[in-house]
Amino acid sequence: MRQRFIDVTADLLDQNDRVALVLADIGNANFCDTGVIDRHPDRVINMGIREQMMIGFAAGMAAAGYRPIAHSYTPFLIERPFEQIKIDFSHQDLGGILVSVGASYDAATSGRTHQSPGDVALMATLPDWHIGVPGHADEVEQMHRDAAMSDGRNYIRLSDETNASAITTPGISVVRAGSQGAPTLLAIGPTLTPVLEATSDMDVTVLYTSRPRPFDAAGLAANVTGQEVVLVEPYLAGTSSAEVSAALNAKPHRLLSLGVGHDEFRKYGTGEDHRAGHGLDAAGIRRSLESFVPWESERSVEFGPSNSSPMLRRLFHKKCPSRTSGNFSWNKHHDPCNIGT
Amino acid sequence: MSTTSQTQTYDYPDLPALMTRMTGDEKHSFSATSTLDVLWTLYDRVLNIDSDAPEAPGRDRFLLSKGHGPMAYYAVLAAKGFVPVDELDRFLEHDSIFGGHPDRTLVGGVEISSGSLGHGFPIATGLAHGLRISEPSSRVFSLVGDAEFDEGSNYEAIAVAARLGLGNLTVIVIDNSSASHGWPGGIAARFEVEGWTSATVDGRDHEEIETGLLDRKPDLPHVLVATVESK
Repeated sequence: MRQRFIDVTADLLDQNDRVALVLADIGNANFCDTGVIDRHPDRVINMGIREQMMIGFAAGMAAAGYRPIAHSYTPFLIERPFEQIKIDFSHQDLGGILVSVGASYDAATSGRTHQSPGDVALMATLPDWHIGVPGHADEVEQMHRDAAMSDGRNYIRLSDETNASAITTPGISVVRAGSQGAPTLLAIGPTLTPVLEATSDMDVTVLYTSRPRPFDAAGLAANVTGQEVVLVEPYLAGTSSAEVSAALNAKPHRLLSLGVGHDEFRKYGTGEDHRAGHGLDAAGIRRSLESFVPWESERSVEFGPSNSSPMLRRLFHKKCPSRTSGNFSWNKHHDPCNIGT
Repeated sequence: MSTTSQTQTYDYPDLPALMTRMTGDEKHSFSATSTLDVLWTLYDRVLNIDSDAPEAPGRDRFLLSKGHGPMAYYAVLAAKGFVPVDELDRFLEHDSIFGGHPDRTLVGGVEISSGSLGHGFPIATGLAHGLRISEPSSRVFSLVGDAEFDEGSNYEAIAVAARLGLGNLTVIVIDNSSASHGWPGGIAARFEVEGWTSATVDGRDHEEIETGLLDRKPDLPHVLVATVESK
């Protein structure tokens, strides 16, 4: 994703003399390699390691009529200069594009200082920011080019995690339609692939969006037909819970919000380790889903096709998968292939 | 020069009366009056701005970074025809355009909304850089206080503005010795070490202020330290 962002930004700088790029050392070497710094020295400006200045300067460029892009690691782009984002962009009613790398835990080995699971929640406190959480490089390109053509305030959150394919439809789209009344999962950004893997044998509706703000409330309400709703976000759990609740306030529903845990996760290793540690890999999503729907309680009684709950019939009407499918294992009590046997 | 864009014209001696329309008595806070002479000199003698075309692309920009105590600012804007004088009577009222800190979306002629310290100077730096490309005749002025200067974001701006050689940028520091820990050796030295030119003047003397603002090199950022009575 980051390379696509760099390539698209270089193209935007070449094509549109209104576009400016403001950096605080991070990313400078990458953009050097594209040649844009040599070609547009007035519109690619490196502040050095000065993040407050990066945001204030970018806002000043916006006030001069430019379309500024500011880019850094998530904590240094969003959290450290957050008041500059609030005052210099939002309060001034100026537009700009903020693009972060690092997401929640891409920098797993770097520890908490380089991790920012709360960035989307923080940005969502401000009015009129379009928040994009692309799940694929193609989504990055579309989102970034759209943002460059607008005058609004855009935050684009890049990640090392990526889905198998891109979905460039704006708003909430249906990836897989379950039967009427089936549980609904809303996957945001790069959580889609593990969500699909976790639910491959289940009768569920899977929805997707890469644009959590403004939240597509109508799109969600139109596609939820059951009572169980599961929100899966690649940042702080519950970041969009209030949006989901407001969208569904005319429907009785239960909401499970999955995402990065609130507690500090003092581990290193890989991003995959952290994804699993927060229960956001396919196995973790599966576990959460099974405890959210009436699964264990139903399992404890005699059951079969005739007396299993409508929920279970809905969940597992699909062809059973191989037990070795996916990167997780089921114990016997959680093996959906045992249903009805 | 008095403004002629409204039926009544106002000059410097009228400012106390205009401020009284906001405060209701003759007592003005020092944070408002410490800036009064610099503000008047800017709008009366220095800034190339027209209240009839307050958004002209080639205008000079004045960014009041220190948004505290804005009565003097509002009074000058009213005297110069950017806002209706009668609006001053509604200062701080619920639906007034004049709040305790200026809002650029509400008050004509106000370039930035301020109040939180340490924001205006960095914004002014980006604005000056952008205008240097697109509007080479435009100049950018930003006013900060000596206590506001405590905010570290200002230091980030001092260094960047100097490296970029922003000859269209002027920072004015109103020094009323209100910084809690002071500035041994003076504020101007903090700019000079980074390559800025500087002038330190009597912040009540309009001639000195004007000269201190205009007598400068074209390719370096410039700071004017305007000293006024201690707070």
